[in-house]
Amino acid sequence: MTTATEPYVLNIGPQHPSTHGVFRLRVVMDGERIQDMDMVVGYLHRSMEKLAEERTYTQNIPFTDRADYLAAMSGNLGYCLAVEMLSGVEVPERASYLRVIFAELQRIASHSMANGTFVNDAGAWQTPLMYMFRERERILDLFEMTGGARLTTNYMRIGGVAFDPPPEFFPAIESLVSDLPDRIDEYAELLIDNEILLARSRGVGTITAEDAINGSLSGPMLRGSGVPWDLRKAEPYCVYDRMDFDIPVGRNGDAYDRFLVRLEEVRQSTKIIRQALDGLPSGPHKTDIPLALRPDPGEAYGRVEGPRGELGFYVVSDGGSAPFRFHVRAPSLINLSLLREMAVGSSLPDAIVALGSVDIVVGEIDR
Amino acid sequence: MSSTLRQGRRRPATRVPPGLMIVGAVFALGFLAANAAIGYVVIDGRLDGQWYDIRDLGFAVQELKAQLDAINDDQPGFLDDIVGQHWMSYAVGALLGAIGILSFIGGALLVLIWVERRLIGRMQIRRGPNRVGPYGLLQPVADAVKLIQKEVLTPDGADRILFLLPPAIIFVPMMTAWGPVPWAPNMAYLDINVGVLYLIAVSSLTTLAVFLAGWSSNNHYALLGSMRTVAMMISYEIPLSIALLSVVLITGSMQLSEIVQWQADHNLWLIALLPIAMVTYFFSSTAELNRTPNDIAEAESEIVAGFHTEYSGMKFGLFYAVELGNALLVATLVATFFLGGWSLFGLEEWIPGYLILFAKLSAAYFVLVWLRGTLPRFRLDQLMRFAWQYLIPLSLFNLLIVAIEASLLARWDAPGLVTLGLFTVVNWGAAYILFRDWARRIGYQPDAGGPRRAELTQQVGGIEAAHRMGTAT
Repeated sequence: MTTATEPYVLNIGPQHPSTHGVFRLRVVMDGERIQDMDMVVGYLHRSMEKLAEERTYTQNIPFTDRADYLAAMSGNLGYCLAVEMLSGVEVPERASYLRVIFAELQRIASHSMANGTFVNDAGAWQTPLMYMFRERERILDLFEMTGGARLTTNYMRIGGVAFDPPPEFFPAIESLVSDLPDRIDEYAELLIDNEILLARSRGVGTITAEDAINGSLSGPMLRGSGVPWDLRKAEPYCVYDRMDFDIPVGRNGDAYDRFLVRLEEVRQSTKIIRQALDGLPSGPHKTDIPLALRPDPGEAYGRVEGPRGELGFYVVSDGGSAPFRFHVRAPSLINLSLLREMAVGSSLPDAIVALGSVDIVVGEIDR
Repeated sequence: MSSTLRQGRRRPATRVPPGLMIVGAVFALGFLAANAAIGYVVIDGRLDGQWYDIRDLGFAVQELKAQLDAINDDQPGFLDDIVGQHWMSYAVGALLGAIGILSFIGGALLVLIWVERRLIGRMQIRRGPNRVGPYGLLQPVADAVKLIQKEVLTPDGADRILFLLPPAIIFVPMMTAWGPVPWAPNMAYLDINVGVLYLIAVSSLTTLAVFLAGWSSNNHYALLGSMRTVAMMISYEIPLSIALLSVVLITGSMQLSEIVQWQADHNLWLIALLPIAMVTYFFSSTAELNRTPNDIAEAESEIVAGFHTEYSGMKFGLFYAVELGNALLVATLVATFFLGGWSLFGLEEWIPGYLILFAKLSAAYFVLVWLRGTLPRFRLDQLMRFAWQYLIPLSLFNLLIVAIEASLLARWDAPGLVTLGLFTVVNWGAAYILFRDWARRIGYQPDAGGPRRAELTQQVGGIEAAHRMGTAT
């Protein structure tokens, strides 16, 4: 008797535990081996870029929360930087420091989530995720304390930040910053040398440095492939030029290296927060701007190093109170574009681990 | 402050009144005291088969069966010719045992679901279920009620009959495998002399139901899950059986009660004598159980729920119950084969054997939960390679060593302390060398694959910087 096999199409998503939202993969599989892959995005499209053309510059800030909902602060910051560039609004020094503190807190929260879900995708039964959520929870408490919201913070304003942190904020962040290194070590010990995690993520989803640059990758994906590129150092914004921190870089460009880079970035962020807290000047936390800001006609591109990579906001003004064009360079979408190269030829579990290591947020991909 | 606000909304957990706990403790201690009193005051320490000797519930059943046989003998009926002379005791004994096992599994499942979720909760720095009933103890009941209420769907294009069968079929091997487990010296439902063989045969039937479920669902995820299950179960049956074979060799019996009796007689648990077999058996069992780190058949992050993706409501509930029941069974068998079953260095005369076994199986079950709460998952090919390249050669080595020892044991007329002590030392040495060196031999290098820490740099740049640092791949 002869048996014939033929490839079949497996639909992963839009509802699937590992697609982290409504993202769909159409995978052509031969048994467990992936022959071809097709990414279908757009299930969470909310037309933000078009909607933004109807709202004033300040009213657009909440959209940046809801694009990358796991890194709302970074989105706020990038957009505000772009509009400040466009309109020439000055930012007080205290606001710049507060922006750095909150952006780095957000990076820790986002990387904790990314690493936790990555280990979950590798098959752990929620435990590492829960440990990483412990830190994230305290950070979200700090956000709530300061701005009133935990996830979609809407905290940054054009010309500063919305609120000065309340008095109880400072002891809370001091204790968080002093706890964090130990807390990170706690789960890093469990995971870094874990044979199963090594076996699952070493050599999986490898991207060479050339490919990473040619694919326009950024953030931990790019640094995991060995390219020391970080906007906070390459093109410092806010007060990052006064901070002393290192860029973590991977050697193999695989999923494990991205995990390591994220883990190390959390440590570096702790360092930055420490310095920013020490150097936090007194003074106003925002400049007053007109209710309906009307920048001169022109364009600006503000970019920040978000947790997922270069988060850029391109804003064009025609002199009106609403942007003529508003565009987001979403790092998730661009980082995801190399998933096909990572996954084709490997098996389904490897593809899931590779997808987990990209750390996508579907809200940002679809906007 | 914000966190106090959130705590204010939180409903306080229900607490068990301390009086109830005291009453419970008094009952438990009273039960143990009654045991000791009956054992030592009434029948002078020996397990001599009196029906009121609650240290071994088998005696009461035997007494009942004797009474029934007497009735059969007094009043011969027409059934005697058809069924057999002592049909009444056969029927009642079988029924009693079945009810006993069923109620034990049912009760233990309800408790252990709660225990597992609480333990995993503790491991994951959260509380676990604590809302339904005292300490959340009624959570499994609430879950079962919820599952019964839910709609049972049959997907379009599924093979309706084959789709209906697996939840029922899969229950059978799980239930029947409990038969030969000895709960106390005289307390085994099905004390057959080929118990080990029976267990291996019955427990591998699960594969059939799993494959049926995956095949009939008409779902790619389910099919992938069932294919993985079949591949894995076929592989892991081999080291599992070889591990049990070494137990059979050293104890000279396939009867589970004899295996436990051997451990009781020699005051030596087989975990001490056969460490390799113990580890091999335990790991192979977790592979058959579909539990992390080997839950590739229902790998949530990859194939959603594997073979039971399409099952909903109580059909899913049955799969879930069987999965836990099998975990419980494995824990019981580990306790029976390797942790001395009902024996506890003579203390079994004071404490009922079934309680000792329950304590031991709880310990083994805790290890299962612990593994689940800690480890990520292997990939299918890694798991298969682990079975074929690592576990099977190791268990064969172990079988060789144990075979030599068993034949020495039969010929060498030395006191047990000398022979078994020597063998224990030899086997632990062999375990240490084999576990470490065999992994190296098949190509495992502990520190291979590059650094395990990201490199730190202050410089920024593109590909040139990467080449300069030597990190570009």
